[in-house]
Amino acid sequence: MTDEMIETAAPAGGETSRMNMIQAINSALDVMMGRDDDVLVMGEDVGYFGGVFRATAGLQQKYGKTRVFDTPITEIGIIGVAIGMGAYGLRPVPEIQFADYIYPALDQLVSEAARLRYRSAGEFTAPITVRSPYGGGIFGGQTHSQSPEGIFTHVSGIKTVIPSTPYDAKGLLIAAIEDNDPVLFLEPKRIYNGPFDGNWDRPAKNWSAHPGGAVPAGYYRIELGKAATVREGGDLTILAYGTMVHVVQAVVEEAGVDAEILDLRTLVPLDIEAIEVSVKKTGRCMIVHEATRTGGFGAELSALVTERCFHHLEAPVERVTGFDTPYPHSLEWAYFPGPVRIGQALKKIMKD
Amino acid sequence: MSGDVPANRPPLSLHVPEPRFRPGDAVDYAHVEVPPAGSARRPEPGDAAASFHELAFGLVRVLDEENRAVGPWAPRLSPDVLRQMLRNMALVRAFDERMFRAQRQGKTSFYMKSTGEEAVSVAAAMAMQRDDMCFPSYRQQGILITRDYSLVEMMNQIYSNRGDKLQGKQLPIMYSAKDYGFFSISGNLATQYPQAVGWAMASAAKGDSRIAATWCGEGSTAEGDFHSALTFATVYRAPVIFNVVNNQWAISSFSGFAGAEATTFAARAVGYGIAGLRIDGNDALAVYAATEWAAERARTNAGPTLIEHFTYRAEGHSTSDDPTAYRSADEATGWPLGDPIRRLRDHLIAIGEWDLERHAAQDLELAEQVKRAQKEAEANGILGHGLHQPLDTLFDGVFEEMPWHLREQQAQMLAEEEASGRPWARK
Ligand SMILES: Cc1ncc(C[n+]2csc(CCOP(=O)(O)OP(=O)(O)O)c2C)c(N)n1
Repeated sequence: MTDEMIETAAPAGGETSRMNMIQAINSALDVMMGRDDDVLVMGEDVGYFGGVFRATAGLQQKYGKTRVFDTPITEIGIIGVAIGMGAYGLRPVPEIQFADYIYPALDQLVSEAARLRYRSAGEFTAPITVRSPYGGGIFGGQTHSQSPEGIFTHVSGIKTVIPSTPYDAKGLLIAAIEDNDPVLFLEPKRIYNGPFDGNWDRPAKNWSAHPGGAVPAGYYRIELGKAATVREGGDLTILAYGTMVHVVQAVVEEAGVDAEILDLRTLVPLDIEAIEVSVKKTGRCMIVHEATRTGGFGAELSALVTERCFHHLEAPVERVTGFDTPYPHSLEWAYFPGPVRIGQALKKIMKD
Repeated sequence: MSGDVPANRPPLSLHVPEPRFRPGDAVDYAHVEVPPAGSARRPEPGDAAASFHELAFGLVRVLDEENRAVGPWAPRLSPDVLRQMLRNMALVRAFDERMFRAQRQGKTSFYMKSTGEEAVSVAAAMAMQRDDMCFPSYRQQGILITRDYSLVEMMNQIYSNRGDKLQGKQLPIMYSAKDYGFFSISGNLATQYPQAVGWAMASAAKGDSRIAATWCGEGSTAEGDFHSALTFATVYRAPVIFNVVNNQWAISSFSGFAGAEATTFAARAVGYGIAGLRIDGNDALAVYAATEWAAERARTNAGPTLIEHFTYRAEGHSTSDDPTAYRSADEATGWPLGDPIRRLRDHLIAIGEWDLERHAAQDLELAEQVKRAQKEAEANGILGHGLHQPLDTLFDGVFEEMPWHLREQQAQMLAEEEASGRPWARK
């Protein structure tokens, strides 16, 4: 990795084409496997079949079975083995089929991957990138819908990345794979095929009309730890990531509020500078995530904003989240922090 | 990166399993050893596990090529019981067909069939006592049907409708039926395995007489929970029956990714000192006999048994799956152990207790029964956009009593309902 390769103003990565988020992720894996023989992909059903969401389609055929392989169904095994391969010097990209199935792997992630560099004083590292689809909005019930990012942002030593467009997904995944620390790369599966404005009863959109659906064919990176300003504005700052970036954008447009929307993209390490600059400018801050509320990443954001921007705040920080219940099946849309919940919070914070 | 290979040491190579057949391949099952029915010995249920290790590597079969029930494992069941077994299996299949179609018609979000594996749940449930406790995976709807659970209740759950006693909280087919000895199904694989052991240990500690049984697919045996369960069970001689349903495929991953290239799944029992039986899972009488044997072993404090049911997942993993993308279509049709319903049917015919006309009439009758149940269930609504549940049930059951923060959130949700102008039902 050299400095010239880092994202520059000039379009990197060559010619662009329209991709959905799955294709963009597939392209990132393809590019990285082509550039670096030590990158390998492993996980349940990722090999011949190419993954239950098809994110690894064609990779085994192209790079062979020792670099793209199916694994036994044991998440703790998948992560532990990836750490061991990393210790040898490889750069594994394990997939956990759904983020809801990451819990069996917690010990290897929390006690091992996250601390290996620290406890060996840098002798060993875990340069692994754990990909996993997360989030709801697909009638997946409680075991295909959860947003567990807050569990991992609480752990020292793991980076957490969440893209919101195909373009970002590819650039961030490439940067994650090149990163020498363990990265949890959570993919908002509700927007795999198109942006979602939170209105489940309106026709689904695809990525063809969205600027983030134009994706270069080749190599480019988006640095970890950098937020993106997806809308500039002066009335308030809204912090979001993943699917909620799109829901927030739609609500803001419909409400006619001049909001500044930051897509955090990386939760750890966080782009605190971008947040501070924006909140100090607008004087109001709203945080939106789909995950449950108590102890969620929104709580950390709220604390940071309050600590650092207190004297600039004109209203209390507002949090919009999923409710503190398991993810329901039939009442999915009552649970989901959609346009109504966000709209009400918006009214409240603008009144205060 | 790679290390330098010294001249006197050969380079290593990584073995990655590969199934024998992929889409388009002709299928030849010559590698599947099918010993003659009746050839396996039947130890006493109280015998030491180490004295019959060969049963973990062989294949216990009862129904032979002439459709007779032969050998020491043949259970002596009356024709009435056999007909009931056949009927239960056929009802499971009819139910699966209908609900699969309902999902395809957009009436619900998800469904999973058990086609080809009906014997594994039906015959096992028949060999256990009605109050023994089952910890199933998502593919043992046959237990509920065998225990006469209401088809309408099952469908209400599948539709997450007004009649769903799980209040639309679970994905379709993740039933829970405590009164029927059927533990709440989890979407997370193999979690039920140690739970079954815990239930069995509690039953033993209390001097109860009930035992537990649990099921998982061969793919799930890789999970840590499976191995923890076996360790606890052997240490405490828990009165539990472990069923591994080896249907050859775990979504797109063949059994080799769970270790089948090296040994059998029943052989997992050997390392733990547990009784292991590998049986023909498409032979309902073998399933019955093995379960009955294991139940007696458990009931006499002789400890747990692991039964590998060698079978075949005849259809896709679920409604989200297309198996033609990763396996040869000929696999299902050529499966050397046939179809469990057909084999039991032919046995009943061979002993003069059934005929094809009655079978066809029964199929029609069962299809009608399922159709009637479906109509009744659909009167309670179908999933549609999922707005059948009283809205505030969303917060029921997180805790026994609702703490302040959930009460606040519930109030917020109801305010959102007002603001949305949508006619969502209240409790
Ligand atoms: C902990 C966990 N990991 C992964 C999954 C995703 N998943 C659902 S079913 C399945 C395959 C299970 O195969 P097997 O155990 O053989 O059972 P079968 O479906 O064949 O009955 C997988 C990987 C899950 N539900 N839970």
